[in-house]
Amino acid sequence: MSSLSRDDVANLARLARIEMSEEELVNLSNEFTVILDAVARVQEVAGADVEPTSHPLPLRNVFRPDVVVPSLTPEAALSGAPAQEDSRFRVPQILGEEA
Amino acid sequence: MIHLTAAQMASKLIAGETTSVELTQAHLDRIAAVDSDVHAFLFVDSDGALAQAAAVDALRAAGEKLAPLAGVPLALKDVMVQKGIPTTAGSKILEGWRPPYDSTVVTNLKNNGVVILGKTNMDEFAMGSSTENSAYGPTHNPWDLTRIPGGSGGGSSAALAAFEAPLAIGTDTGGSIRQPAAVTGTVGVKPTYGGVSRFGLIAFSSSLDQAGPCARTVLDAALLHEAIAGHDPKDSTSINAPVPQVVAAAKSGDVKGMKIGVVKELNGDGYQSGVRLRFEESLELLAAAGAEIVEVSAPNFEYALAAYYLIAPSECSSNLARFDAMRYGLRVGEVDGASAESVMNLTREVGFGREVKRRIILGTYALSSGYYDAYYGSAQKVRTLITQDFNKAFQKCDVMVSPTCPTTAFKIGEKSNDPIAMYLNDIATIPVNMAGIGGMSLPAGLAPEDGLPVGFQIMAPAMQDQRMYLVGAALEAALLSQWGAPLLSQAPELVGK
Repeated sequence: MSSLSRDDVANLARLARIEMSEEELVNLSNEFTVILDAVARVQEVAGADVEPTSHPLPLRNVFRPDVVVPSLTPEAALSGAPAQEDSRFRVPQILGEEA
Repeated sequence: MIHLTAAQMASKLIAGETTSVELTQAHLDRIAAVDSDVHAFLFVDSDGALAQAAAVDALRAAGEKLAPLAGVPLALKDVMVQKGIPTTAGSKILEGWRPPYDSTVVTNLKNNGVVILGKTNMDEFAMGSSTENSAYGPTHNPWDLTRIPGGSGGGSSAALAAFEAPLAIGTDTGGSIRQPAAVTGTVGVKPTYGGVSRFGLIAFSSSLDQAGPCARTVLDAALLHEAIAGHDPKDSTSINAPVPQVVAAAKSGDVKGMKIGVVKELNGDGYQSGVRLRFEESLELLAAAGAEIVEVSAPNFEYALAAYYLIAPSECSSNLARFDAMRYGLRVGEVDGASAESVMNLTREVGFGREVKRRIILGTYALSSGYYDAYYGSAQKVRTLITQDFNKAFQKCDVMVSPTCPTTAFKIGEKSNDPIAMYLNDIATIPVNMAGIGGMSLPAGLAPEDGLPVGFQIMAPAMQDQRMYLVGAALEAALLSQWGAPLLSQAPELVGK
């Protein structure tokens, strides 16, 4: 029987960059006991002799000609930005403000 | 006029018996009258649609040669980006976003003169089977407003069943075109993976996602299929080969000598009695039309659901990382001194709904070091086994068939707190996505016990999409002569405003 503790879910939420309330963490942890049991069935038939499939098409390295084509203008690219400054995306502080 | 098929509307436009502006206005009026009950649309682009219609009418008046569907209106699933038109994918995280570009599907629709009425409701990021996961409230099934219209493309299927549009675009990752079609008595086709470009389709699970046509008849679906399909250099997984001749197949409907394989494992226990009844009757009609019915076995299909609920969440946990509050969409928590990471965390908490978070966390777990082989790796192996099952079965038959869904439409709210029960809706549709082949659902009648539509699923080998249309057209013609009128004429009249 697989399960995920409240702390496991908290760690996954941190990795996935989603803030979660205590209630959400506990609920998800409970739900995952059921969901993981259901999905773990794949292990019953996934023998070492079976090749994995990552994609339905047998494609390898699809290239197109490297030619210059029109792209979005800075205005269009920034049109949905939550904040912008000097034709750039303005984002919150990324590095710690030690200096 | 709104009750005609898209092909009939196109004929009237060509004959000069109506104009695209008239036709578009009739649909906008219908939307205004009934969509407060149905809630199929998240955004109605009245001005844009009428302008597009007027442009088509002007070209026609000038004697230009136009595409077969020119001037016919369509509803677009909100997961497909359209330049300047609000696009949310059913999520709060994209509320108010207006994309700066057109998806290739939209470009193809515009080039064909198809008039885009607006954006249809869906489960958030296409994750769901009921449209209850939309951040903007559920869509209601026109057959019974207390029931779900399927999902994730419930807005598109409901718009068709409510005669708000004769054509719609859907996307199908695990059944999101076919299951909504089944429960609303409409037609939905998931083309072979790579048949229709994914450029501008907001990604959920990239190796499974496929856009396709939704309509009220097999021929209408075929006409839309040919309008949107084809190679696209902007999508590296787009198939560089001629589009299958699906319109010719839909017009022919000749199944004499075709072998139709009934999938043993997709029937029986767990399937509602009325679903089984209509499925068996459809098989008899196809046999009477000259097809040979054979039984085929696909022993690994029973693992498809489990594999899907590892592969799709894994891919979505990666794809949805782009919603980071930095370049577009929602941003919350930007107080003085807040770090980018805390803004990201808070935005994703507020912006994503319960099911989306559930799948991101599940995918993050399935891909994490130490668990990768046991979960994601095993699921990929199951994918191989399912493809092998299809390949073996297709040696014995030309197409495979099954009921599209185990049950008819359930009540809104009935399964929303039980993820596993909800996931079981997709048990018969998911194998098609895993193998990347084509699948169609068309109406097979009403279940006697509840009077609700039943879907018949046809599956064809990769790049043999025309076979689904041959069988679909044959069955549709046989059923129509039994019923005397399209199934949707039996749906209750919407009162509306």
